This record gives sequence, C-alpha cells and structure tokens, in this order.
Amino acid sequence: MSALPVLTTVPASNTSLDLTGIRAEFPILRQQIHGKPLVYLDNAASVQKPNAVINAISDCYSRYYANIHRGVHLLSERSTIAYEGAREKVRAFLNAASVREIIFTRGTTESINLVASSFGGNTVKAGDEIVITGMEHHSNIVPWQLLCQRTGAVLKVVPFTDAGELILEEYERLLNSGRVKLAVFVHISNALGTINPVKTMVDLARARGIPTLIDGAQAIAHLKVDIQELDCDFYAFSGHKVYGPSGVGVLYGKQILLEAMPPYQGGGDMISVVTFEKTEYADLPNKFEAGTPNIAGVIGLGAALDWVNQLGLSTVAAHENDLLDDATVQLLEIPGLSIMGTARDKAALVAFTLQDIHPHDIGTILDREGVAIRAGHHCAQPVMQRYGVPATARASFAVYNTSDEVNALVKALWKVKELFS
Amino acid sequence: MNDLRDLYQEVILDHNKRPRNFRILPQPTHHADGVNPLCGDRISVFLDIDDDIIQDISFQGAGCAISSASASLMTEALKGKPVAEIEHLFEAFHTVVTTNSECPKGLGKLSVLAGVRDYPSRVKCATLAWHAVRAALEQHKQPVATE
Ligand SMILES: Cc1ncc(COP(=O)(O)O)c(C=O)c1O
Repeated sequence: MSALPVLTTVPASNTSLDLTGIRAEFPILRQQIHGKPLVYLDNAASVQKPNAVINAISDCYSRYYANIHRGVHLLSERSTIAYEGAREKVRAFLNAASVREIIFTRGTTESINLVASSFGGNTVKAGDEIVITGMEHHSNIVPWQLLCQRTGAVLKVVPFTDAGELILEEYERLLNSGRVKLAVFVHISNALGTINPVKTMVDLARARGIPTLIDGAQAIAHLKVDIQELDCDFYAFSGHKVYGPSGVGVLYGKQILLEAMPPYQGGGDMISVVTFEKTEYADLPNKFEAGTPNIAGVIGLGAALDWVNQLGLSTVAAHENDLLDDATVQLLEIPGLSIMGTARDKAALVAFTLQDIHPHDIGTILDREGVAIRAGHHCAQPVMQRYGVPATARASFAVYNTSDEVNALVKALWKVKELFS
Repeated sequence: MNDLRDLYQEVILDHNKRPRNFRILPQPTHHADGVNPLCGDRISVFLDIDDDIIQDISFQGAGCAISSASASLMTEALKGKPVAEIEHLFEAFHTVVTTNSECPKGLGKLSVLAGVRDYPSRVKCATLAWHAVRAALEQHKQPVATE
C-alpha cells in the first residue's frame, strides 16, 4: 500500500453538532451489546433511524394510510399527498429539475437494474461497450454483466491505483473507442472510501456523447449532490443509507431519456389505458412505478431527508471527517494494521487488515466489545482480488458517532492483537 | 475477554497458526471445494480413500481462525478412519456446535470447537470443511456452499 492519507493536525471535533442531542434521537443506540455500550460502526452497510423517521412511518400507518393515486376517499388523498410530497423532497434534495425525473424503487440495486433492463435493453447492441470501474459494488456489476450476456456487449473496466484512485487517463482512453454506449461508476466506494471525481468523469463522457449512471449509495448521506450541476443522466441511491427505511430507493433519470425508455415492469399505476390489444403507458414518473409502492417507506425517506437537511450535510461531513482522521491516526499506531483505500479524497470509512488475522475473527471479537463493524468482501470481490486479500474489516461512520467510539474501536483492536499474539 | 477465550481456545489458535495436513494431495481419490458465501472463504479438501479407509486427508485455502482450525482438527480426526465414520462424526460435531447438549463421547479434540455454539454467525465457519468432505464423497464437481 502506498502513501498515507493526508491528515489534518486537529482531530478533535470542532463542529457545532449537538452530539448528545443527536444520539438521543436514535433509540436503538441506547443499548448494551454483550454488556458493553453499543458502538455502531457499520454505517456503510446501513445507518440507524432517528425518531423523526420512525414516527413518520408510524404516523402514516396509524393516522392516514391508504393506497395512493386511486382512491376518491380522504385517506387515499392524504396518503397520495404525503407520497408525492416525498418525491418533491427528493427532487429538492438532489436539486433535480423536475419531480418527473424522480422514480421510487426498492433501492440502489433495483434502480440500476431498471436502467440496465430498460435503457440498456433499448440501446445496447452486440459489440457495444459499457465502461465501468474496478471498484464497483456487485450491484453495479452484475446487472451490466447480465445485459452483456443478453446483447453481446462487453464491459470495459477502469483500473485504480494502490491508493484506491481511479486512473482517469485509462477512463478517457476507454471512452474513446467509439463503441461506448454508457459509462457507470460509483460516487463513493463502499470498500475503499474513495470519493471519485464524478463531475470530471461525467464531463469526459458527455463530451463524447456518452450517457452516465452514478451509483450514489454511499454518497447520498455524506456529500451534497446537485444533479443539475453534475449533469449525469442517471443517479441511484437507497433510503436506508441516508437515515431512511430499507426497501425504498430512488432512481434519478434525465427526463428526455426516461421518456424514450420502455417500462421496466408492467402492472397497475403505470398505465393510462389498457385494452387487450394495446396499453398506453402513464406519464413519468408513474410509467416506472408499477404496482402499489412502498408508501410508508417513501414517506419515511422524505422525513429522513428533512432530518438531514436540518443538520446540514456539510456539518455532517465535517464531523465524519474528524472521526475519520482520528481513527486513521490511531489505527496506524497498531503494528501490523494496514489500511486499504488511502485516496486523497475519502469519505468516512476505513477498511483494514490486521496482520494475518482474518477479518471475520476481528468482527467477532469486536462484537463482544460492543463494537459493530463489517467483515468480509463488502460485495466488492473484484476490489479484494485487486489487493490480493479475501476480505477486510471495515469501520464506517455516521453523524451520531463520537470520538469516544473511535477510541472504543481502537481499544478493541488491541484486544484482538492480544488474543491472537 | 474470558468468554472470547471459550471460543478462541489455545488449541484453536494453535491449529490456526500451524494448520495440520495443510497441503495438496497429488493424486486424491476424492476432492472438493467448500465456499462460505458470507465471507468468501474457500477451503479445498483432498482425500485418499482405499478399502473404505481414509488413508490420507488434507486441506488448503484461506479462512478465518475458526474455519482453518476446524479443517485442521477434522483432518486429524478423520485420518485412518473408515469412511462410514465420517457421517457419524459430523453429526456429533454438528450437534456440539449448534446445541447446548453434552459433548458426545468419541469427539476427542473436536470438542474444543464447542464454544462456537454461542456464536451462531460462526457455525458455518466451523462446518465448512465438513461440508466439503461430504461433497467430495458425493463427488460434486461444483464447490459447495455451507447451506
Ligand atoms: C456502493 C454501493 N452500491 C450499491 C449498494 C447496494 O445498495 P442496496 O443493497 O441498498 O440496493 C451498496 C450497498 O451496500 C453500496 O455500498
């Protein structure tokens, strides 16, 4: 592994967050695990939910729930207003041009599959190329492989450096083949923490008339995303990584592309007229939302975005960066520990190995100390292969984490060393 | 720390550090891979069976301490045993790592893995090598998963 990340010299939190107040909003954090206070550092897998979200969902079910878009009765109207209100919240959060460009899905995975199936099926032919990167999550690899199998297209993979930074010259070279129909890349890598230069990457593709899809699963809770400025064609994220419920996610798509795409699934709510001869599809976004959606989940996601807005993403990011710097310094003091992913521009997660101790064992021992981390391949096996390890341990931070929790992580890791010495 | 020592007993740490029978058999009569989809660990087992007796047995692969030690201990336990004994031992072993019942007699050193019962997410690590042996006997061509 190459250069160490550049660290700020003041690891102490200097942001204006009321951490005690924030933690109090997360009921799940007030518990003991194996007799120790819970230290939840598996946020890149899924973040915990504040009362604002829990209450919004419970409110929906206990006060105004009904099916949407189809009832003449008051509850249906109220549910429809809340559901469509959440769509507007997502639009504003992303600064997208129109709510017609916001499609609710089950999550990042479904959003990507929607594009691979509908857009890909329509535009990708044998011999075409799709550019992806070597640091993608399986959910941004497999749908494209399936598309390639169906169509005879090929994947072209952008490599990255030992530090975990994409090699942009290679990206540019791959874009130049004249056969590329789509470029897809992750905004923040869940395995390395790398923040990719997505604006540059979109511009390079756009200059060649190539549309882009960004996997924003890890970015959505850590970085301000301005879709109009970014100017990508598709952006996918999951509710559960941005303090919202699981089972709901978003696909942003440029209106002009979405309009030309065939529906992904058929069913109710996505049609305007059905006869057995022919069906006319509904307008955007309903064309892509077949069947009864996750109504309460969408409403919960809206509440989550309100909650994040109220804190301010830049304040959140500043706090998480402090934790990351603090953790990085302390972890590197542990002999035999090496960090995978040392990009200059990095988000609040740290993936590491400790001597030849298997990450699974690290995870079990940390759990007994109350510290929850992820151990494994992080659904990014190509990244593991790139570094020649079967798995890594990963600690990832959210707004409610504290420097005491970083200390607890470090202390627990020393115990791992002791046990395996 | 103390209850962790129940899981990571000295014998386990030792077999993890210095796995026994950790090599490839040049001409095995039976061979299979076991994969733990949870962590991507992969273990290959090799058997040399003659006259219904396990004449030689070995394994290779990267795994956590539990799966490596379990594979190592398993090869020690099975070497020289009649093939018919495998199912019997596996059943007893499985009972020990998944339930709170008394350790059946005849398990020998394998019983050091009993601590796994308190760590349900690790049971698959402990049984990975056994599943691979089973698959080898059935002459599976595909790697088996632990389910
Ligand atoms: C970078 C990245 N992409 C995609 C996903 C898949 O998200 P989901 O499982 O919510 O569909 C994840 C989640 O782990 C991720 O981290």
